Amino acid sequence: MQTIFFKNQPRIVSSGTIAGPKECAGVVGKFVDKGLTDDMFGESTYEKAECKMLAFAITQAIKNAELTEKEIDLLISGDLLNQIISASFAARDFDFPFLGVYGACSTMAESMAIAAAFVNAGYHKRIVAATGSHFSSAERQYRYPLELGCTRPPQSQWTVTGAGGVVIADKSECDSTVAITAATIGKVVDFGITDVNNMGAAMAPFMGIIEP
Amino acid sequence: MTGKNRENYNKNYIAYVNSFDPPTQHFKNCYRAFLVGGFICCIGQFLRYIFEGAFGLSGDELSGAVSVVLIFLGTLLTGLGVYDRIGKNAGAGSIVPITGFANSVASPAIEFKTEGLVYGMAAKMFIVAGPIIVYGVLAGTLVGLIYLFL
Repeated sequence: MQTIFFKNQPRIVSSGTIAGPKECAGVVGKFVDKGLTDDMFGESTYEKAECKMLAFAITQAIKNAELTEKEIDLLISGDLLNQIISASFAARDFDFPFLGVYGACSTMAESMAIAAAFVNAGYHKRIVAATGSHFSSAERQYRYPLELGCTRPPQSQWTVTGAGGVVIADKSECDSTVAITAATIGKVVDFGITDVNNMGAAMAPFMGIIEP
Repeated sequence: MTGKNRENYNKNYIAYVNSFDPPTQHFKNCYRAFLVGGFICCIGQFLRYIFEGAFGLSGDELSGAVSVVLIFLGTLLTGLGVYDRIGKNAGAGSIVPITGFANSVASPAIEFKTEGLVYGMAAKMFIVAGPIIVYGVLAGTLVGLIYLFL
C-alpha cells in the first residue's frame, strides 16, 4: 500500500526556519524566523554554514513549540551532502537520539512521514523533523566550482540555501490543530533525464499527459 | 513498464520537458561569445606587439610570454570573482581561449582550498581541466606518432 494513514493524527506543533540572502529577497523572506545577509553564516566554509543553519532550525523549532531540548525524544533529519554530514554534525549539538535520512529534495517530507509514523505508533511523544541545504555546498558536490566561468541554462534550478525543522507531537501533548493524517511514499522512477541542471524534471516528474 | 515501452515513454517525457525550456538564443549567444572571445584575442595580439617591440622576443618565446600573461590574467580575474561573471554572459567566448583553461584550474583550487592545501586544493585542482590534459596529451602523442611514420 503506497499511502499510509495515521489514525492517531500526530500534530505539527511548530516550525523553525532560516534562509539565505537570495531566498529572503523574495516572498519567502517575510516568513522565515531568520534571514541571512551573509551566506557563510559567520563560518569559514559553506558546509559549516549549512550545518549551523540546520542546528539553528532545530533549536528554533523547539523554542517556537515552547519546549526544552530535554522534552524531545528523537531527531530525524538529513541533507544533500555525502554521508548526510551536515545533519550528523548538527546532531552533535543535541542530547537526543538521531535518525539520519536521505531523500534529496524529499528529505523534509520523508523525515516528517517517518516522524509521524513513530508518534502515531506511540513510540515517541515529540520528534523534531528537519532538513537543510546550501546552494554553494550542493554546487560543489553535484556540479561545478562556483568560480568556473560556465553558463547555466535558463531552465536550471537552484538549490535552496536554508534549513527548516518542525516539531511533531502526539495530540495529547499539544493543542495544535495541524495534523498529519496520511503519507504517500513515492516510487523511484527514471524517465531518462540526464541534465544535471534540470533537477525538477528528474525528481518530480509529471506523468499525467505522457503517452507511452 | 519495461523495454520498448519504457524507452518510448522516456522519449516522450524528455520531449515534454524540453518543450518548457526557454529557447536558446543562438544569435545573441554567438554575438556575445564573438565580442568577448575577440576582445581576449585582441589583448593577446596587443601583448604580442608589445613583447615583440619592447622586448625583442620572437617565435616560441613570444607566444610563450603572451600565453603566460593571459593565463595570469585569467587566474587573477578568477580569484577576484570576476571571471565567472564574464563567463555567464560570454559563454564559449571566455571558455575557449587560454584564459578559460586558467579559470578551469583556478576555480576548483579556490573551491577546495577549504579541504586543505594537499588533499583539497592540490588534489582537486584538476577535476575540470584534468580530462582536457589527459586526452590532449594522448591525442598529441598519437598525432605525433602518425606524423613520425608518415
